[in-house]
Amino acid sequence: MTLTGAQIVIEALKKEGVDTIFGYPGGSVIPLFDALFTEKDIRVIVPRHEQAGGHEADGYARSTGRPGVVVATSGPGATNLVTAIATAYMDSIPLIAITGQVRTNLIGTDAFQEADITGITYPITKHNFLVKDVKKLAKTIKEAFYIATHGRPGPVLIDIPSNVFNEKTEFSYPETITLRSYNPTYQGNPKQIEKAVKMIKESKKPVILAGGGIIASNASDELREFVRKTGIPITTTLMGLGAIRYDDPLYLGWPGMHGTVYANYTLMESDLLICIGARFDDRVTGKTSDFAKHAKIIHIDIDPSSIGKIINTDLPVVGDAKNVLMEINKYFEKPLEIETWINQINTWKQNYPLKYKDDENVIKPQYVVEVINKITKGLKTIFTTEVGQNQMWAAQFIKLERPRQFLTSGGLGTMGYGFPAGIGAQVANPDATVIVFAGDGSLQMNIQEMATVKNYKLPLKVIILNNSYLGMVRQWQELFYEKRYSGVCLSRDITCPKECKGKECTKYWPDFVKVAEAYGLKGYRIQKKQDVEKVLKEAIIDNKEAAIIDVIIAKEENVMPMVPAGHPINNIIEKY
Amino acid sequence: MENLHIISVWVENKAGVLSKVSGLFASRGYNIVSLSVGETEDPEISRMTIVVEGDDRIIEQVKKQLNKLIDTIKVIDFTKKSCINKEFCYIKLNIKNKDITELTTICQVFGAKIIDIGKKTITIELVESDKRVNEFLKLAENFGIVEIARSGTVAIAEDEK
Repeated sequence: MTLTGAQIVIEALKKEGVDTIFGYPGGSVIPLFDALFTEKDIRVIVPRHEQAGGHEADGYARSTGRPGVVVATSGPGATNLVTAIATAYMDSIPLIAITGQVRTNLIGTDAFQEADITGITYPITKHNFLVKDVKKLAKTIKEAFYIATHGRPGPVLIDIPSNVFNEKTEFSYPETITLRSYNPTYQGNPKQIEKAVKMIKESKKPVILAGGGIIASNASDELREFVRKTGIPITTTLMGLGAIRYDDPLYLGWPGMHGTVYANYTLMESDLLICIGARFDDRVTGKTSDFAKHAKIIHIDIDPSSIGKIINTDLPVVGDAKNVLMEINKYFEKPLEIETWINQINTWKQNYPLKYKDDENVIKPQYVVEVINKITKGLKTIFTTEVGQNQMWAAQFIKLERPRQFLTSGGLGTMGYGFPAGIGAQVANPDATVIVFAGDGSLQMNIQEMATVKNYKLPLKVIILNNSYLGMVRQWQELFYEKRYSGVCLSRDITCPKECKGKECTKYWPDFVKVAEAYGLKGYRIQKKQDVEKVLKEAIIDNKEAAIIDVIIAKEENVMPMVPAGHPINNIIEKY
Repeated sequence: MENLHIISVWVENKAGVLSKVSGLFASRGYNIVSLSVGETEDPEISRMTIVVEGDDRIIEQVKKQLNKLIDTIKVIDFTKKSCINKEFCYIKLNIKNKDITELTTICQVFGAKIIDIGKKTITIELVESDKRVNEFLKLAENFGIVEIARSGTVAIAEDEK
C-alpha cells in the first residue's frame, strides 16, 4: 500500500492504538491535518495554545496509562510545546510530540517558522528524531512509541519536515522492534531480591517510600499486597498518590516539605527505607546529609541512573516495580513483628495530625477540599491540580482510592498544567467527574482553554481557590522575607498605594465568572462559608455541564506543615 | 590532574548523537577534559573516548547517564581496567634565532617527529599518553609555543597476558 507521509503517520498511530490526538494546525503540518480531515478513527482535539495541547495529551496519558499524542507546527508551534514536554519528562510520562518542520532543503537556512526543535528538546526528551526520509517514517514512529512506553517512560519527539508528509512510499508497519541500544531491565536480579527480603525481615523499623514508578508500572495491586503481607508502614511521594488507599491504616500520607509530620518522623527514625519507583527529590529529602540517617536503603527502580544519584543506596534492585514486588511478595506469609514501631508511628499520627484552623467567617481552602470529598463520594473522580498552594492543599486533604486518580506536575512544578491536564483526562474518561483544583494565578496561564472546554462540551469542573495572590510565593515571602510581598498580588495595579492593605483589600481581578461566561461556560462564585457545600453540589453534581467556580478563600492562609528548603525534614514549622 | 577517567562509549553513528552526548555533560555539570570520536569496524557504530574529571560518585553517574541515552550501545570505564591510550598532538614552536639542538634531543627522547621547518617556526608531531604529552609541552615551553593542536585521548583495552 503506497501512502503519503501524512497518511503513514495516521496509520501508524492507529496501529499504536491511538484514538485521540491533541493538535494545533500550522503551515508545516497542513498535510497532516488534511489527512486527518476525513479520518474517522482518530479524534482531533484542537487546543488554543500548543503548550495546553501538550498538557492535555499528558493528562490523557496519566489518566489512562496510554501514551498521549500532541501535534504542533514548526517554529513557534514546536517551541510552545517545550514546557509541556519538560513537564512530562520530569514526571516520566509517555508523551509523543509530533512537530512539523520546514522542508528538508530549507533546514538550517533560518527559514520562516524554522526552529531546531530536536536540538532544543534534547535535554527534556527521553529521545527525539528528525525524519528526513519518508521511508524511515513508519519505523521511527514504532521506535518512538516503544521508547516512550518502555523502561522508565518519557516524552519522545518526532520532527517531520513538511515535504516528508507529502512524499509517498510503501507502508508497512513493523510488528515488533528491538533496539540494540535500548534494553531496559524488567526483572530484578534474584540475588538482590533475596538480599532485600533478608534486610526487610531483619528490620525493626522499616518504612516504604513509593513513588510515581508504582503508577507507571501499574504496580498498585502488588504494592498493596506487599503492605498487607508485611505490615510495613508506607508513605507515597506526590507522584505516587493513589498507589494506596487514603484510609489504609498503614498509610502515612506523603512526606517532605509539605508532607505529614508523621511521614517525615517515620522516615527519619526508620532503620530500613524501601524506596520503590521514587527518586529522592529534594522536596522529599530536605537536607540530604541528614535524611533517614539511621536507615539502610533499598532502592528499587527501573532506571539505574536514579539509584545512588542523591542518596547512597545499600541495596540497589534494578527492575520494574511490578515484577520486583511480585517476586518479593512470594517470600512473605506473615507480617513482621514490629508492634513497637507501629505504636510509635500511631502516637505521632495522633499527636501531629494533618489539620487546619477552620473559620466561620472566611472560606478555608482545606475546607473546600473536604467538601469535595464529601459530595463526590462514590463517584468516579479524577482530580488535577495547578501548582502552588492549591496543589498542596488538594494533595494533603483529598481522599484518593486508586492510581491515576490524581494528576499533578510534581517534578517541574508547572503552573498552567492542571486545567489542560483536566481537559485531557476528561477527553479520555468521558464518564468521570474531573475536577481541577486551580489557583487564580496558575489558571490564568492557560485560561484560553475555556474555549476548548466549550467546543468539545466537556463537563469539566474547575475550582479556583482564589486568594488574589501567587499564594505559595507569598507564603515564602511572609515566612522568610519579612512579609515583603513583591510581585505576588495579582490584583495590584498602578493606582495601588505602595504599602498595600494586604488582607483587607477587596480587589479581585479578573472576574472569573465573567471570563467563564464570555467563553459560554457557567460561572459560579462562592464568598461565604455557608454557601460552599450548596454551590459546589449545584455546580458539580446537579449541573451536568462544565463549571468554573471562583471560591474566594482566606487571603493569607498558609500551607502547613512546612519544612524550610534545605532543612532536615524533621525540622518542621507548624503555624495554624 | 587527579581524578581523570577514560571512558569509551559506543553509539549509533547517526546525526545528532555527538550533541546529545556533549549536551548531557553540559546539562549535568560534568567536566569533559577531552572527547574524540570516530567510526568503528562497524560503520553504523561510532566510538567516543571521553576523558572526564570527577570523583567516583560523579563517574558512576556519568556512566549511568551515558547508558541512559537511547543511542548508547555500550560504555566501558577504563578507570579500573588496563588500557592502551594515546593522544595525537601537533606543536608549533618559535625557533627564530634559536639553537634547536636541545629540541631535537628532547624530540628523540619522546619519540616526537619534526615534520615541518619554516623561517620562524618548527612543527613537531607527537603520539603519546596524555601525561607524556603534558611533560613534553612543559619542556617545549622554553622555545615559545606558537600553537598546539591536540586530538584528545583514544583508548583501547589491553588484552590479558
